[in-house]
Amino acid sequence: MADLLWLIPALPLAGFLALLLFGRRLAGRVPALVGCLSVGLSMAASFAAAAAFLGVAPPGRAVRKTICLWFEAGGLAPSFGFYLDGISILMVVVITVVAFLIHVYSADFMAADSSLPLTGDGEGYSRFFAYMNLFVGSMLVLVLADNLLLLYLGWEGVGLCSYLLIGFWYKDPANGRAAVKAFVVTRVGDASLAVGLFIIAWGLGTFDIQEAAARAARLWPEGSAIAIAAAALLLGGAVGKSAQLPLQTWLPDAMAGPTPVSALIHAATMVTAGVYLVGRTHALFALAPPVLTVVAAVGAATFLIAGASALVQRDIKRILAYSTMSQVGYMFCALGVGAWSAAFFHFMTHAFFKALLFMSAGVVIKALDNEHDIFKMGGLRTRLPSAYRGFLVGAASLAALPYLTAGFYSKEMILDALLTSPAGSPWLWAAGLLGAFLTALYAFRAVFVVFFGEGRGGALRQPSPLMGAPLFILSIFAIATGWLLPNGLAGPFLAGLFGALPAGAQGAGTTGPLAALAPPVVAIAGVVLAGLFYLALPRTRRALTGSAAGAAVHRFLFTGWGFDGLYASLFVTPFVRLAKVNRSDIIDAPYRAIGLIAEFSSRGLSLTQSGKVRWYAAAVAIGGAVFLGLAVLL
Amino acid sequence: MTGGGLLHVPFEHAMMFAGVLLLLGLAGVIARRDAIFILLSLEVMLNAAGLAFVLAAARFAAPDGQVMFLFVLAVAAAEVSIGLALVLWLYHYKRTIDIDKARDMRG
Repeated sequence: MADLLWLIPALPLAGFLALLLFGRRLAGRVPALVGCLSVGLSMAASFAAAAAFLGVAPPGRAVRKTICLWFEAGGLAPSFGFYLDGISILMVVVITVVAFLIHVYSADFMAADSSLPLTGDGEGYSRFFAYMNLFVGSMLVLVLADNLLLLYLGWEGVGLCSYLLIGFWYKDPANGRAAVKAFVVTRVGDASLAVGLFIIAWGLGTFDIQEAAARAARLWPEGSAIAIAAAALLLGGAVGKSAQLPLQTWLPDAMAGPTPVSALIHAATMVTAGVYLVGRTHALFALAPPVLTVVAAVGAATFLIAGASALVQRDIKRILAYSTMSQVGYMFCALGVGAWSAAFFHFMTHAFFKALLFMSAGVVIKALDNEHDIFKMGGLRTRLPSAYRGFLVGAASLAALPYLTAGFYSKEMILDALLTSPAGSPWLWAAGLLGAFLTALYAFRAVFVVFFGEGRGGALRQPSPLMGAPLFILSIFAIATGWLLPNGLAGPFLAGLFGALPAGAQGAGTTGPLAALAPPVVAIAGVVLAGLFYLALPRTRRALTGSAAGAAVHRFLFTGWGFDGLYASLFVTPFVRLAKVNRSDIIDAPYRAIGLIAEFSSRGLSLTQSGKVRWYAAAVAIGGAVFLGLAVLL
Repeated sequence: MTGGGLLHVPFEHAMMFAGVLLLLGLAGVIARRDAIFILLSLEVMLNAAGLAFVLAAARFAAPDGQVMFLFVLAVAAAEVSIGLALVLWLYHYKRTIDIDKARDMRG
């Protein structure tokens, strides 16, 4: 098993290379076949790895395999090595499954007969699958890496692919701007992560994650400044990639990319990288309790802010984008209170239901000729039944409807931990409940507005089987993964996966009836309120949002709490102004002055080259007289 | 030979004469446009310098000045031959010996 570990990331990367080199020459659906096949084989390989891992638990509950030395310099020798334990298996399986389904879905979604703009050429088709394969490959490198440098390589690859894919329809400058924004904002986090890696390499003398964790526990006392600095810098990277406060502004704009890309970014490959990083280096974070508190606070602030913003969005994809921010916020919050396995369990359920939501939204958007505004939809329940079923299941799971959906179990685990963990508090728990209420409200607002109410127009183009089948499979996952609850049906299974994580806050079990009842009640209340506002009493809602205060709040939430404006006036405008001041390169001025002086004197001297011999003679005479006079006088 | 004994011309007067001769030559070089006359004026200047050498040799009773005058003569002869060749070439090239017409190499 260990010998074939490298195949998991290598297959999508090979697919990328093949498409990069021969993509233009492949006709018709062949690029999609290459893309799906490479990810599908990678999925099979990860299944095989998971089966072998769970069948006979390897010693130390981890497998590692070094392929070759990367480089050796200054006492550091990072290698191309892979490390497989419970978390990586979970990540790898979820990533490959979701990515495979998204690839299959994209085969039709991105087909040449697409009504979407600027994809009518074969070049775009193969380019799309090349980028997608690279995206998946980079993410797999990230989660399988056994040292931080290789992890960083995958991290940067993911960032690059997000840039390429968000700006996939590059002919529209707005998409290019969104891509640049995503790249620059996440780069702030990447820089922080890089500095964090330098501190780890400098302080611990190794990039190897397990070795670094062991040495940190030995060398750095708990709460020491260096441990806090390293953990805080790693957190900075995680916050950037996972679109958490304060680096969350890129995610809503990232919706400029094709819908399958959004699904991939949100479900499998990108925003969860931060959660994985914090989980993978949890030993470091455990040495820095203040940073863990910050992690929880960042997560809580993000899920409240993003949840409130999602309430008022009109663009169906932006609703989902804000919901991703808020759900990843839950994961961070869980990590912050030490509920490691709850965070990863929520990652798994979230990956399935968020991919499902995006792909259903993609079906709707495609059927309505690229319409994103939910208030121009309506009544699609009967006209697009497959999208309706998918979106309903996804939204139910997102809203954590009790006892049936996967989202309920994972979110309850997190809420439970927020209350019972030593690092948790009733305040965090209450914030989590409020967030859950908002989630249910905005999720079913979208469902009711898009699929209920009166519809206009006639029959719509139904999704092809290639697009419908992934929806169906993900619907099952979005329900059934809840039954894998750690103390439920698949307890031993998950215990095997989560063995790599410290037990943390799980299993306290003395939450009382209030804590057990609150999450389902809150979720149902959210759905009921959404139904009241958007189905039964639309007039009340209009009166509410129509009032002056309501409109102001609406505008504030719609712009994502004004973070874009704040950053524009805080960073962008001063920078642009500075650039304008420095337009002619202030540093260059002295050097240009030297050039100007030389040129000026050359012009003056060239005047004396008049070509008149008599003038020259006169000049010689005058010069001679002057020197003679000087010689006599001095 | 002792200075001034035979000619009754004081050394200072003779030197002044040489200086005046030099300035006259210089004025000719600067003022004249005819290349031949410029060469002539140059000869005058050279002779002024030669005269100064000879006078100095007489005044200080040293032969060096007279030797230098021989050199000046040689240089003058060489200069005239090259100068005349240049004037000829100028005439061939420009159909004139006006020195102001030959200013193709102005910067």
